[in-house]
Amino acid sequence: MDEHAPDPAAPTSPTGGFSRRRLFGLAGAGAVGVAAAGVAGGAIGRATAAEPVSPADAAGDAVGFTGTHQAGITTPQQDRLHFVAFDVTTRDRDALVRLLQKWTEAARRMTAGQDAGPIGAVEGSEYAPPDDTGEAIGLPASGLTLTVGFGPTLFRAADGTDRFGLADRQPEALTELPAFAGDELDPARSGGDLCVQACANDPQVAVHAVRNLARIGQGVVSVRWSQLGFGRTSSTSTGQATPRNLFGMKDGTDNLKSESPKALDQFVWVADGDGPDWLTGGSYVVTRRIRMEIETWDRQPLREQEQTIGRTKGAGAPLGAKAEFDPVDLERLPKDSHVRLAHPTTSGTAILRRGYSFVDGSDGLGRLDAGLFFICYQRDPRTGFVQVQKNLRTDKLNEYVKHTSSAVFACPPGITGPDDWWGRALFS
Amino acid sequence: MSTPRKRTAPAVLGVTSLALVLAACGGTDGSSGGGGGKKASDDIAVAATDSACTVDASELEAGTHKFTVTNTGSKTTEFYVYADGDRIMGEVENIAPGVARPLLVELPAGDYQTACKPGMVGKGIRNDLTVTGETTKLSDDQALSDAVAGYTRYVQSQVTALQDQTRQFADAVKAGDVPKAQALYPVARSYYERIEPVAESFGDLDPEIDARENDVEEGTTWTGFHVLEKTLWTGGDLAAAGPVADELVKDVDALADEVKGIDLQPLDLANGALGLLDEIAKSKVTGEEDRYSHTDLYDFAANLEGSEQAVQSLRPVLAERDADLATALDEQFTAAKAELEKYRRGDGWAIYTELTPDQTRGLSDSINALAAQVSQVPAVVAQ
Repeated sequence: MDEHAPDPAAPTSPTGGFSRRRLFGLAGAGAVGVAAAGVAGGAIGRATAAEPVSPADAAGDAVGFTGTHQAGITTPQQDRLHFVAFDVTTRDRDALVRLLQKWTEAARRMTAGQDAGPIGAVEGSEYAPPDDTGEAIGLPASGLTLTVGFGPTLFRAADGTDRFGLADRQPEALTELPAFAGDELDPARSGGDLCVQACANDPQVAVHAVRNLARIGQGVVSVRWSQLGFGRTSSTSTGQATPRNLFGMKDGTDNLKSESPKALDQFVWVADGDGPDWLTGGSYVVTRRIRMEIETWDRQPLREQEQTIGRTKGAGAPLGAKAEFDPVDLERLPKDSHVRLAHPTTSGTAILRRGYSFVDGSDGLGRLDAGLFFICYQRDPRTGFVQVQKNLRTDKLNEYVKHTSSAVFACPPGITGPDDWWGRALFS
Repeated sequence: MSTPRKRTAPAVLGVTSLALVLAACGGTDGSSGGGGGKKASDDIAVAATDSACTVDASELEAGTHKFTVTNTGSKTTEFYVYADGDRIMGEVENIAPGVARPLLVELPAGDYQTACKPGMVGKGIRNDLTVTGETTKLSDDQALSDAVAGYTRYVQSQVTALQDQTRQFADAVKAGDVPKAQALYPVARSYYERIEPVAESFGDLDPEIDARENDVEEGTTWTGFHVLEKTLWTGGDLAAAGPVADELVKDVDALADEVKGIDLQPLDLANGALGLLDEIAKSKVTGEEDRYSHTDLYDFAANLEGSEQAVQSLRPVLAERDADLATALDEQFTAAKAELEKYRRGDGWAIYTELTPDQTRGLSDSINALAAQVSQVPAVVAQ
């Protein structure tokens, strides 16, 4: 069951307004009406406008914004990502709260396929900047989800300052990640006070959402870093085929899936009593920008590649088995293979992976600046990502990867209704 | 919050009527106030030194007043009369040591501050000034035309000071006095940068005065401040710089002529205020404007001040129509100025290359925060 099934009430949310497609459809219908003037033109216009511009397809559908948990975690993973981390630049707690409320309204609208603001990209005063930037006009909701998280530095600055009176609400589990062997982290694209993960099946829709949130946030927050991902590298639903990462390998075969609610409760959702009440029903997200040395990888013999991962390159079967979903027999995998070391049986825990491939141009040395923007959700980072990653110290894959950014955020539970807003329980 | 005003200004700001106002203000000596040709009944002495600003009055009756500012310090100074939000009611720029300059200004009842600015920088040495008497509430149109008249005076006084400073700068270049020319370069430019959107409205004058090397089209000669900047900071040929300096003085004089007949609309003020912040975001906070001298923060400060003056000219209108916006504008201008103030070095500013990435980020954030508010001004003015 997907609790984020499209909400039929969403397109006429409290602020009302057109969906982007409907607006587009009306404009087109108007043109038809003019062309057919005098021949019942108005009737043609109305009939055209009343119908969808094109039949809704699954990839274009809206994902519901409200629910027990935030959308964008167990939601079947969309194809595209724009992830953004913000620094809060104001010292005014009320200004931050107002921004979170404005963001929630904009997110509610955009995930329903509407403009970011109630007036829209082209309907407002010619003397005022539009309340939507316009590049998503005509595009459907495209499965857009916006998932918010709060970083450790929102609660306490590096020097311990209680910036917004939230220090006593900082979950014990929300601390900077420890250093791992081989880290090459760039502080300028690590950390952050707030994050928003925008996932959609259309890259323009994801970028549009982040851009508008950043625009609305000017003066209160400032973009610290952001990352585009062009292709998903995990499946979060059994209904999805397992995608391949830039090593050409199937990735995320044994991921936690939305169809296993018990496992999600055990490993992903923060339970009552785990920490402060405001986070119950939420989760923690860890992000790692993992640069892949793909040119080096591409020079390796096929056998070396498969031994490094622990799966066959073609079917994605565990070494020693035939099909992708055959049980993994750890003893048949090399001791330093990635799957063996990362497997829940070895690590004693599980995380929900939700990463994306990226290519950020080139590195000046004739190589693509490419890799995996790793995202995972867990009930507690200490017994989630940290526990898994510590086990990867001897991973043979380390020869081909380099972690260049790191961040952790606490993601509150879902938006409960029309008056709820991101962080309400935290700030109330 | 709006300051009650008594003065009347032309409701329709045609070229002719405006030129008359400007002529009456005595703009040629670098002073400007809303004197409007009326005679002052008094003459208030202002004794300005490098560390003091003694104004011989703290309470006045509403009406036209004359201030005579005598600079006995060692630094060139300026004198201002500010209303709420540092809106300039009248100002005298560029008062050299040993010089006395008059300012005629009409002040309706309200609370004001006077300021001397030795070295022509900073908030200045402030004194409170209370004006009492009869007040009348202005009509909306009147408030808008007052805004335009006030800002036009500001532009005029900046251009007059620009002419003077550019001439001094050109003389130093021609005399081969590199240290002096280098010191005058960012100061002279400041007067230009404060009013750049106005200058840009006169076609070719802006590129002739302010083009950077990569702005110049093939087949066109590169002229203006930045040619001299390159010569001065890269050990270029000063002999060849002489004619460029003469040409710059000529172009600045042409700009001053154009400005005498300028016919601004209220929306020009609003859009210009935003345009100046966009200038900062585009080429000052990135260090692209002054790539040889790295004096970008002088331009930054000047753009910011020019933007504030345009907005504050409109302040009575904004306070009436959208009080929250007026307050937010005050706050963000204060915050942006405070952020910039961290980089003051003596009478000037840190060179751009001194700044760390975190510091330029802080400056950029403050301008973005301010611009988000200033971008709301045009729609309020157009109401």
